[in-house]
Amino acid sequence: MVGRGSIERLPTGISGFDDIALGGLPAGRPTLVTGTTGSGKTLLTIEFIARGILRFGEAGVFVTSEETADSIRRTAMSLGFDVDKWEANGMWVFVDASEEVGEDVHTVGGYDFGALLARIQHAVQRSGARRVSFDSFGSIFSRFADVGTIRQELLRIVAALKSLGVTLLLTAERTDEYNGLSRYGVEEFVLDNIIVLRNVLRDERRRRTVEIVKFRGLPHRTGEWLFTIDPREGFVVIPIGATGAKRRASYVRVSTGNPGLDDMVGGGLFKDAITLLTGPPGVGKTLTALHFANAALKEDGGRCLFATFDETRGQLVRNAASWSLDLETMEAENRIRVSADYPEAASPEDHFLRLRHAIADFSPTRVVIDALSSLERVVSARSLLDFVIALTSVFREREITTLITAAHTGQLLPGGTLASAAETASVTDVNIMLRYVERIGDIQRAIAVLQARGSRHDPAIRQVTIDDAGMHIGDPLPRVAHVLSGSAALTEHPPWPADPGTTAPETIGGG
Amino acid sequence: MADYAFRLYIFGQTARSQAAVSNLRVLCEAHLPSRYEIEVIDTAERPDLAEEARILATPTVVRLLPRPLLRVIGDLSDHCRAATVLGLPGDLLSERSP
Repeated sequence: MVGRGSIERLPTGISGFDDIALGGLPAGRPTLVTGTTGSGKTLLTIEFIARGILRFGEAGVFVTSEETADSIRRTAMSLGFDVDKWEANGMWVFVDASEEVGEDVHTVGGYDFGALLARIQHAVQRSGARRVSFDSFGSIFSRFADVGTIRQELLRIVAALKSLGVTLLLTAERTDEYNGLSRYGVEEFVLDNIIVLRNVLRDERRRRTVEIVKFRGLPHRTGEWLFTIDPREGFVVIPIGATGAKRRASYVRVSTGNPGLDDMVGGGLFKDAITLLTGPPGVGKTLTALHFANAALKEDGGRCLFATFDETRGQLVRNAASWSLDLETMEAENRIRVSADYPEAASPEDHFLRLRHAIADFSPTRVVIDALSSLERVVSARSLLDFVIALTSVFREREITTLITAAHTGQLLPGGTLASAAETASVTDVNIMLRYVERIGDIQRAIAVLQARGSRHDPAIRQVTIDDAGMHIGDPLPRVAHVLSGSAALTEHPPWPADPGTTAPETIGGG
Repeated sequence: MADYAFRLYIFGQTARSQAAVSNLRVLCEAHLPSRYEIEVIDTAERPDLAEEARILATPTVVRLLPRPLLRVIGDLSDHCRAATVLGLPGDLLSERSP
């Protein structure tokens, strides 16, 4: 007797997937993958077999009915899987159920799929496979006229494969991303476990997601998870917040690279802190970030990954040189690595993966992202937040001190922050703002710390000066109001704001 | 001399398998007396041969000779249609389904 509680998991080995599946697919059972054309069903089924071989040494059988075995072989090879070798050593076995071209097939009288079943069973027994992919299970329906027979037969095949004890991934096509069942209602056969892949055009960007609709008897993460097809890692599910949650918080403090700012945040940043720095263009965000990066060696004996979406690499090097920072030498000494990407060059998921690869390769103790708001040009606010959340889980897992800058160009909210920055602030630990302050006859810069989790931070709005030696934080600016609203100006009468942490600008100047 | 050759793939000794074998024999006897060969393959016993010929459904009859290759799926219970699609010679109207 196999009870409900004893269903085991089969880790797929697909990057990020086992995190959302809380361990893997229900072992020894069929799971149906549905999705529209081009949603990634075939890739997922290829990955399922390939990762089993690569990571667990488990043989697999690939049943293909829509494309020929040769077409699947070429797709898999293009993803970097050496299917030829695996076929030669019996780890990968094809069952080619695709249509023969140029041969007439007629149907006269009743039939069943006994031969197909025999072939699959034979392949499983011959290879000792624990995994079977069947792509596309649903397309069998479209090739044979007698739907009634086919339903009955496919039910028999699923039952027979269950009895073989293999973990089975079946695909079926959906016509609609969000409504209804797949064509021919294949769900009826594989009621227990269903995964939906989606490929939705939203805000002019493709958004690929995977959702586990149900794993009968087993817990799993719910909702849609972003995934991408990466040239290096293949099918990758972006595990937003799925990892790193268990880590203990750090009590070690490190310098921001600016002593005045260290004082303002309560004696330096916690080593695992994620800091958001907002401000209008030209106010000194990149300079602050460069100081922060430069402090990596002195402070943590480590190094910094500097990801810029704002400037080209040459521009960043030139700007740094104007503050006596020699980025090229620092790069040669492996103290810093600059990664300059146009936001438009990739989707946020791919940017995420690039950064994750760079972090894995370079092992930085600090990361700068300058500026997050540039990505707003290419993604929706929601995707941007997903991107930040996904990244923060990587940073926290590795205890990386992180500085994210965001410019002040988009839609303003009360509090003077960007729509995205306001949401981002909810997942960061320290929020700092740099602003211009208008005085009679000149413009000054001001800095304030709005939030520093776990620290007693300086409530003052302080003057900032920038010279050849860098940025200096000075005394509190008296009589400044409306800093938070983004239109800071010196006022004649109002008292000093008691609580810069408030987000209602009209209360600051009043009292 | 056999100028017609058929290979019939069945799955197990089921009623449907037996019907396919006898239907094919009856058709050949009627249309091609002593001019045919039939080879029956049980895919349950020889899945490797089913794999080789990429057989999906059973019963499937493959007409090997004369060329071109023809495949007919089903138990051939409709003799008239079966004779037509298998390209059997003779007066098709004289053949009636049982």
